[in-house]
Amino acid sequence: MIKFFLMVNKQGQTRLSRYYEHVEINKRTMLEAEVIKSCLSRSKDQCSFIEYKDFKLVYRQYAALFVVVGINETENEMAVYELIHNFVEVLDKYFSRVVRYSICYKIFSFKTS
Amino acid sequence: MPAPIRLRELIRTIRTARTQAEEREMIQKECAAIRSSFREEDNTYRCRNVAKLLYMHMLGYPAHFGQLECLKLIASQKFTDKRIGYLGAMLLLDERQDVHLLMTNCIKNDLNHSTQYVQGLALCTLGCMGSSEMCRDLAGEVEKLLKTSNSYLRKKAALCAVHVIRKVPELMEMFLPATKNLLNEKNHGVLHTSVVLLTEMCERSPDMLAHFRKVSLVPQLVRILKNLIMSGYSPEHDVSGISDPFLQVRILRLLRILGRNDDDSSEAMNDILAQVATNTETSKNVGNAILYETVLTIMDIKSESGLRVLAINILGRFLLNNDKNIRYVALTSLLKTVQTDHNAVQRHRSTIVDCLKDLDVSIKRRAMELSFALVNGNNVRGMMKELLYFLDSCEPEFKADCASGIFLAAEKYAPSKRWHIDTIMRVLTTAGSYVRDDAVPNLIQLITNSVEMHAYTVQRLYKAILGDYSQQPLVQVASWCIGEYGDLLVSGQCEEEEPIQVTEDEVLDILESVLISNMSASVTRGYALTAIMKLSTRFTCTVNRIKKVVSIYGSSIDVELQQRAVEYNALFKKYDHMRPALLERMPVMEKVTTNGPTEIVQTNGETEPAVLETKPPPSGLPPAGQANDLLDLLGGSDITPVIPTAPTSKPAFAGGELLDLLGDLNLTGSPVSAPAPQIAQPPFLLDGLPSQPLFNDIAAGIPSITAYNKNGLKIDFTFERSNTNPSVTVITIQASNSTEQDMTDFVFQAAVPKTFQLQLLSPSSSVIPAFNSGTITQVIKVLNPQKQQLRMRIKLTYNHKGSAMQDLAEVNNFPPQSWQ
Repeated sequence: MIKFFLMVNKQGQTRLSRYYEHVEINKRTMLEAEVIKSCLSRSKDQCSFIEYKDFKLVYRQYAALFVVVGINETENEMAVYELIHNFVEVLDKYFSRVVRYSICYKIFSFKTS
Repeated sequence: MPAPIRLRELIRTIRTARTQAEEREMIQKECAAIRSSFREEDNTYRCRNVAKLLYMHMLGYPAHFGQLECLKLIASQKFTDKRIGYLGAMLLLDERQDVHLLMTNCIKNDLNHSTQYVQGLALCTLGCMGSSEMCRDLAGEVEKLLKTSNSYLRKKAALCAVHVIRKVPELMEMFLPATKNLLNEKNHGVLHTSVVLLTEMCERSPDMLAHFRKVSLVPQLVRILKNLIMSGYSPEHDVSGISDPFLQVRILRLLRILGRNDDDSSEAMNDILAQVATNTETSKNVGNAILYETVLTIMDIKSESGLRVLAINILGRFLLNNDKNIRYVALTSLLKTVQTDHNAVQRHRSTIVDCLKDLDVSIKRRAMELSFALVNGNNVRGMMKELLYFLDSCEPEFKADCASGIFLAAEKYAPSKRWHIDTIMRVLTTAGSYVRDDAVPNLIQLITNSVEMHAYTVQRLYKAILGDYSQQPLVQVASWCIGEYGDLLVSGQCEEEEPIQVTEDEVLDILESVLISNMSASVTRGYALTAIMKLSTRFTCTVNRIKKVVSIYGSSIDVELQQRAVEYNALFKKYDHMRPALLERMPVMEKVTTNGPTEIVQTNGETEPAVLETKPPPSGLPPAGQANDLLDLLGGSDITPVIPTAPTSKPAFAGGELLDLLGDLNLTGSPVSAPAPQIAQPPFLLDGLPSQPLFNDIAAGIPSITAYNKNGLKIDFTFERSNTNPSVTVITIQASNSTEQDMTDFVFQAAVPKTFQLQLLSPSSSVIPAFNSGTITQVIKVLNPQKQQLRMRIKLTYNHKGSAMQDLAEVNNFPPQSWQ
């Protein structure tokens, strides 16, 4: 089961976050900071699955943006890895040429306009 | 009031903030503006404000004041309002807030709305945050929508049903009829969500699982999977050349659940699994994801052996792949399968061991776990070499686990004692500070067991700490060994290695430096001091130096050290005659399983702290000598000897349960000297301490008996039993002497059949005055869980009229109330 879906930039600023399980709001920022720290400390040729506390993180880097998905042990890690790419491709197709700025603008503006 | 800014503007503004404080300020200003706007009940801009609020919530700022506004938006008729309202409800509301119940009516209306998009919104929200009450109210609507022909709604309804089932499992049956036709859809979205729904149902309820197996769900799934693989290119569902891999993975997972422990289902899916395994393209990651899921499924169901071999081979191929992700999942799955298909996994052992050298932390961890699982009698030497090398170079977070793993493996498969000791020493020297606390006593116990290796061991340990005494477990073990076998060290006898020339002074030097060093923990210092003390009997020319060292620590700030030093000092001064006996070599320690040697021996309530308490286990020794005698004499095979618990408390690692230990004592192997002098209880102990009744709630008076009456010595037993613990009987013995001369050095010993447990507490004294003018009292506690008839054999030894007397007797006249 997917626990959360995050898009965080290299400086640790959250661009998009969606939690599928209740997490206290102050714990969220802490979680996001820790997650991005563990992702940043990995080098390019290390695998994309990190064991963090009692679940796994699957992350993928797109330019300066990290897409991180937290899953529990019932999920197929590689399928989630593909899912992340699928998601970014969908955004790309939908918003035509995704740039990291535009992601947050466009997602939210789509919802408001 | 000017129109509130758009969300885009807000985002742009926030991003210009350079510090956290600046950002917080901007957000607070905006929050204030939003709040006043809410107060004004402004309908036109409410949607915009709530959107901004949601963005700020996502950044981590509190936004609870927007909850009611979300509800108002949901109630509005405009689609744009509803959209933001529902989004807000999903993000801000959950069942913890009471306001969420107000939504129920809105959702109900929207579920029956004419526009499918509104219905979709309502379904999404319900499926996201619906509480159990809401789910109960609206389950009927969801079920209705599950049966519609509109695929857009059907897929959302399926996911909503999953949530309803999670919240209210009793409603599962309600959705059962609707699932009949779910898999007949062409739309992949509906297929996917239906498979999710079916998976959830099967996982939650074994009845459902049985039902689905019966209605031949497996053939349907197999058919769908086949279509996916065989069908040509479909642009709608294509991901890197494979058609809808996400659906394939889901179906494989459902097949796994259906096939688990069920032969028929497993057989039905054998073909398709083989087909997927062989036909999937592995050049891209997508293909590998599907293969991974297939392997997991094959391993979990009752597949035929050919299929299993195929699966393991796939994993082996994964291991050789360059991609780290694939290697990681391969190692993970191999770990899961190593229990069942051990031999197949062994074939890939060399690749796994290579992975230990990988740079990636996750891979290294998996490889380490897998390596430990693969160690067996044949490959232990090679594997240990690799693992020790790994221990040298790995990250600190692994060292503890790796060290314990090596210990376990070495214990199970050590080809020789010397190898075992070498391995443990290597671990201690490389990762000494990371080993777990119980490693020290285990190692010590191992060393005592390998009698022929003592000289070699102590020599190696000595050399190890000569250079570096900062690793506490290593120093502790080394100090203990040097204390025990120091005489072997200086005598220079060692068959296995070149003996080194060590003088007594050098040994004492190293022990003293351990004592003084800042790096030594308090426990380690305790070990060192005790070792020095033990050497006083093993070394010949440096006794004075030892005395000096010990007396210095009599004023140490560390209470533990001080106590030890004071007592050792007392040993030197007043009880020098007892010193050799007390500090004798330890017997071979039997393996104590769960209550490890670190257990603390029960102290009897009557010892005074100033009493001579010898910390090292040798205090158990003289009674051990007597126990041997008792066993020899009594010869009974069903009798376990009981040793009066000498006043020991907190031996560092002595036989935790003395009773257990000596119960299976290796009588031939223990290097115990000839029966030690009868000094189990020094005369000054407990002079005049009355024996107290040990239980306040005494059972109704049990008649006392005379257990022994011969040669003027009479021993009476009085009983006490506790209401709270009926299997314990407390016997107080009173020994009296009717002759004209005192009986001195009186020792009472007892043995009981195996089903009982006995504990002897210290006697009041060892002199029975003549003419019945005084008695010796001693307390015996008997544990009789099986309520069998109490029998006891006693042995009495004492000096009377200048000669040593001893006698054996059996006590059979226990009153029934004492043991029933």
